Amino acid sequence: MRRLARGCLWLALLSLLLASAFGVERFPPPEFDAGYKMPVTTVPAARAQWLSYLDVAVLVAALALTSHLVLRKRSRDGVLAVSVFSLLYFGFYQQGCVCSIGSVQDVALALFNSSYVVPLTTVAFFLLPLVFTLFFGRTFCAAVCPMGAIQDLTLLKPMKVPAWLEHALGVLPFVYLGAGILFAATGSAFIICEYDPFIALYRRTGSFGMLALGAAFLIAGIFIGRPYCRFLCPYGALLSLVSRYSKWGVTLSPTDCIHCQICDTACPYGAIADPTLKDPHPDPRKRKRRLIALAALVPLLVVLGGWLGGRLGVPFSRMHATVSLAEQVAAEDAGKVKEPTDASKAFRQTGQPVEELYAEALRVRGRFAGGSVWFGAFVGLVFGVTLISVSEPRKQDIYDPHPGDCVSCGRCYVYCPKEIVRVKRIQSRNVIPLTPLRGEQKS
Amino acid sequence: MSAPITKPESSRRQFFNGTVRGAFLFLLGAATTLLFRRSQPKRTVWQIDPYKCICCTRCATECVMHPSAVKCVQVYPMCGYCKLCTGYFEPEPISLDTGAENQLCPTGAIKRRALEDPYYEYTIDEPLCIGCAKCVKGCVLFGNGSFFLQVRHDRCVNCDECAIAIACPPQAFQRVPADKPYLMKDREHQA
Repeated sequence: MRRLARGCLWLALLSLLLASAFGVERFPPPEFDAGYKMPVTTVPAARAQWLSYLDVAVLVAALALTSHLVLRKRSRDGVLAVSVFSLLYFGFYQQGCVCSIGSVQDVALALFNSSYVVPLTTVAFFLLPLVFTLFFGRTFCAAVCPMGAIQDLTLLKPMKVPAWLEHALGVLPFVYLGAGILFAATGSAFIICEYDPFIALYRRTGSFGMLALGAAFLIAGIFIGRPYCRFLCPYGALLSLVSRYSKWGVTLSPTDCIHCQICDTACPYGAIADPTLKDPHPDPRKRKRRLIALAALVPLLVVLGGWLGGRLGVPFSRMHATVSLAEQVAAEDAGKVKEPTDASKAFRQTGQPVEELYAEALRVRGRFAGGSVWFGAFVGLVFGVTLISVSEPRKQDIYDPHPGDCVSCGRCYVYCPKEIVRVKRIQSRNVIPLTPLRGEQKS
Repeated sequence: MSAPITKPESSRRQFFNGTVRGAFLFLLGAATTLLFRRSQPKRTVWQIDPYKCICCTRCATECVMHPSAVKCVQVYPMCGYCKLCTGYFEPEPISLDTGAENQLCPTGAIKRRALEDPYYEYTIDEPLCIGCAKCVKGCVLFGNGSFFLQVRHDRCVNCDECAIAIACPPQAFQRVPADKPYLMKDREHQA
C-alpha cells in the first residue's frame, strides 16, 4: 500500500515536471463580450529575398568597377570613392553580414558536412572575389571589402613594419584560416565571425569584448596599415595565394623604372618588392646549399606540425557543444561534478539515452582527431614555405608591387614619377600628338 | 590606355602562372559544382522552438545585438487574462498593481490593462523587452504559457552562426524558411 502511494506521488510529480516543461492551459481563456477586440501578435518579416540578390549584384558591380579603376584608369581617387561606398553599403547598411571573410566557414562546413545547406548568396560571396582576384589581383581588398575599406580610410600616420616582423606575422592569416576551417568543418564554431573586429562597429552594438577588439584594431590601424588584412585576415590569405598567379595586376612602370624607391616609401602596406637582381647573394653555392636545406626542412616541419596537431585534437574538440555536454554529463554521472549545468539539465529532461550522446561525441572527436593532424601539417607547411620564400624572393630587376601582398589601393600610382609623366603625356597627347615612349602603345 | 599595363615577363613564368591559374580555376569550378548541389536559393532564418525553451536567460546576454533580437511575444488566444498573472507579478507581490516593486519584468516591458472584471490584458512593449525570459518562466510554470520567446526578424541580423544558438542549453534554435519565420505556440499544440 505504501509502495503504491509512493508510486502515485512520483507519477504526480513527474506529470507536473513534464507539464512545467511545456506549459498547460491551466486557466481557460475567457469569453469576452463584444466590446473587446483581441490584439494580434505582430510578426515582423525577415529581410526580403530579393535584397540578398541585390547584395550579390552590388558585389559584382563593385568588383568590376574597382578592377576597372585600378587597372585601366589607375585612379587612386576612384578607389577611394568606391571604398567609401563599400563602407556604407557592405558595412553600415548590410551590417557586415554576409561577408566573404566569414563565408569561408560556411563553405568549409558545406564541403565537409552534407547535411548543411549553404545559402546561394554566401556561395556567391565566397566565389566571386576569388574569381576576380584570379584575373585582376586583389581588387576586392582594395575597395570592396568593408573591413579593408575602414582600415584604408582610417590610416592616418603609416609606419613601416620591420621586414622580419612582417614576414613572421604574415604566417598568422594562414594559421587562422586553417583553424577557422577546422572548427567550421567540424561544426563547432565560426571563430572568424566571433572575433571579427569591426562588425560590432557596423552594427553599432555588441558585447564589450567585440567593441574593445574593434577599437584596438582601429587605433593600431591609424599607424600600421591594415593590421587585420595583413596579419590576420584568413580570406586575405586565400586571395594573396590566388593573386600571385593573377592574369593582370597592379604594376608601376615596368619598362622604365628609375629605382627612385618613392613607391616603396609611399606604400603603407610594405607590398613593394625590392629588385632582387640588383644585389644577388655573394656566394651562389652557399645560397644553393641553404635552399636545399630549407627544402629538406619542409617535410620535417609538416610531420612535426601534424604530430603536434594530433595531440591538440582532444582539447580542440571541447569547442564542440556535443563533446563538452558529453564530458559534463559523464563527469556528473561519475560524481566528479556536483552542480549540473543548464545544458546537462536540459539534456536529461529530453530523456535521450546517454549512450547516444556519448556515441555522437565520439564521432565528433574522431573528426577532430583527423582534422587536427591536417591542421598541424598545414601550419608546418606554411612555416616551411614562408622560410623558402623569405630566402628566395621572386626575381625581378625593378621596384614593383608584390602580386600577393599588394591590395591594389593605388597609392603608388600617385607617387611614381614615371607614372606622373605617363599620365601627363596622355593628357597632352589629346592636344598635341607625341611620339610614343618606350612601353607605350601606339594609339 | 586601352589595355592594362603589363609586366614584360619571361615566357617560362608566364606559362607557369597560366598553369597555376588554370588549376585554380578548375578547383573553383569543382568547388562551385559541389557547393551548388549543397546550396539552396531559399533563405533561412533563425527561430526558437518555444516548446524546447528552458528560460535560461542566455537569449538576453549572448545575442550580438544589444538589446537582444530575441523578445517575448504574447499569443492572446492562449492567455488566461488572469488578475494574478505569474508572468507579470513577482512570486509574492506586495499588492496586485502596476508598481515596479511588484513586477517581474526588469525593464517594465509588460503593460497591464484592466478589461471587464476580473480580466486583465497583458501586452509586451517590444522596444523595452530584453528577452530575459523571466516572464516566460512565470507564465510557463504557473500559467497557460502564452508568453514565450521568439527571434524578432526586424532586429535579427541573421548571422551565419547564431551566437545564442551555440550557447542555447536545450538547442532550441533552428533554421526555418524565411517566408515562415516564426514558430508560434497555439492552443491545439498543448502538452
